[in-house]
Amino acid sequence: MSDRSNVNIAVLEDRAKFIRTETVRLTKIAGAGHYSSTFSCAEILSALYYAQMRIEPSRPDWENRDRFVMSKGHAAIGLYPVLADLGYFDPSELDTYTRLGSKYGDHPDMKKVRGLDFSSGSLGHGLSVGVGMALAGRVRGLDYKTYVMLGDGEISEGQIWEAMSAANHFQLGHLVILLDRNGLSIDGHTEEVMAIEPVHDRFASFGWDVQRVDGHDLATVMTAFGNLKDGTTGKPQAIIFDTIKGRGVKRMEMSLDWHVGNLVGDDYDDVMAELDAGLQPYEPEPAE
Amino acid sequence: MTTEMQNEAEIFRGTTEGKTTFKDARSVRGTPKQGMPAFVLGEELAEMAKSDDRIVVATADLASANRTNDFKAVHPKRFFDFGIAEKNMITAAAGMAACGMVPYVATFASFAAILGAEQIRTDCAYPRMPVRVIGTHSGMSMGFYGSSHHALEDLGMLRCVADLTVICATDANHLRAILRKSADHPGAMYIRLGRGRDPVVYDEVPDLEIGKAIRLREGSDITLIATGSQVRATLDAADAMAQDGISVRVVDMHTISPLDRAEVEAAARETRAIMTVEEHNMTGGLGSAVADVLVDLPRLPFKKHGVPDRFVEVGPPAALYNAYKLDAPGVEEVVRAFLKGI
Repeated sequence: MSDRSNVNIAVLEDRAKFIRTETVRLTKIAGAGHYSSTFSCAEILSALYYAQMRIEPSRPDWENRDRFVMSKGHAAIGLYPVLADLGYFDPSELDTYTRLGSKYGDHPDMKKVRGLDFSSGSLGHGLSVGVGMALAGRVRGLDYKTYVMLGDGEISEGQIWEAMSAANHFQLGHLVILLDRNGLSIDGHTEEVMAIEPVHDRFASFGWDVQRVDGHDLATVMTAFGNLKDGTTGKPQAIIFDTIKGRGVKRMEMSLDWHVGNLVGDDYDDVMAELDAGLQPYEPEPAE
Repeated sequence: MTTEMQNEAEIFRGTTEGKTTFKDARSVRGTPKQGMPAFVLGEELAEMAKSDDRIVVATADLASANRTNDFKAVHPKRFFDFGIAEKNMITAAAGMAACGMVPYVATFASFAAILGAEQIRTDCAYPRMPVRVIGTHSGMSMGFYGSSHHALEDLGMLRCVADLTVICATDANHLRAILRKSADHPGAMYIRLGRGRDPVVYDEVPDLEIGKAIRLREGSDITLIATGSQVRATLDAADAMAQDGISVRVVDMHTISPLDRAEVEAAARETRAIMTVEEHNMTGGLGSAVADVLVDLPRLPFKKHGVPDRFVEVGPPAALYNAYKLDAPGVEEVVRAFLKGI
């Protein structure tokens, strides 16, 4: 689906649902997968690829295309279906997901995945990649934007802050962080494992323009994208998306048990039905 | 402070304008004929970049020490100082490479290769980005700055990375040849340089092929396989022994990965013994790479010479080379003892 003439919020919500259901389907092939980290960024990915980025799937090597770096590479399972859906490759290729010799592994390989702008998997590297991409754009006189999706736990990596400084120092206004602030890393809540708050102030203090919005409300997500400046201000830009890890499947929402998991039997069918019904209001577990 | 130590300190100082301020300025500014590998780095890249707009250069707060400021002076918009943030620099270079550039990023080998090892592997080699990571002041050439600033493990750490070319510059002209060949070389490279005062081996820019060793002396009694800073000392040792009728083949094995297997096989076939010479821990470097070839061949006397597997003493470089038998007399002594025992 690469024609944007009919894209509206309902379409983007449908594509976010598609990202979630494909994640569940592909995880079944693999036998294990990162459901909840992908569910938290489904709306962001949908808005980014179906409405925001300047891309032409028929020209994956177009030099002035916008770039995307999935720094939290474990959410690639949600990106592959989008790339296939947009026409970068035949969706049937995804049936090989993670099987011996497949192009599509848990963490993405740019040398194998058509339309993928950079490989990832080792956390903390992606923002530096984005810094380099933005610098190259400047040297080459191109005005593309570079979007980097970071996980919230990921920003404990020191290299992120090296890159934060560099983006400000080099005045990379065309560089945009998309922070998936889903609240959890593997061992628990980020604020208990390694606190990242006040993340808005931390980003701002490094010289970045910062927005903080609900990452599951697509109208809000689109408004945040619309607020992005054209890049010529020289200030790098960040959008902190407040999200819910595991969003869309009740049993996974803010659960520490589903960072990696595998649904089998009736559970698989139940989850697919739950996703098909669309997002329901989030109801946090009452505090004990 | 001895005179030599003063010179050491001054050589590192430089100035941000790219000028040197001390009396012995020529030894830092260098010329190709004087053999100053690190210090022709910036000027050679600047020259290449005049006709190749893919080339960009970066460093991590060492533009004076590695002379990348000679590049900056000519191409300021294609030069980036990342400050003391080597990991970010190497990964950002990969990002630039993904967008059509050919980045050369230079810092001390101890930081480029050892601190940046994961970035080199994961962000440069694995996606086969044409990033050239240049480790200057390698080995123990930093002398009394100590083991934090030495790189005696870099070859071992990086030669087992797939799709990464690992190559050592022998002298200034050799470095020029490597750089010229590197622009269109596929995939990522780690280029290991000395400190910029390495003695001359090549009077002219050699005809160099990446991955193909250069045979500098013919001989039949023994083959000495050396790399980088040790080629000159090895040649001098060979020439001294030749006067006693010992026939020594000398090979400049500049490319550590992929190794020139054919040259090692020829040495095993045509000479009676092999010894490797390197300014590197004897575990994991050139000697180990050659041993990986020899293990598949009929047995012959083989010896590795380099730095023993422990952190080295502090001292001026020349004193360290002498202490670890990596100057010409030291190499000769080790070769003679080896030949005596076989």
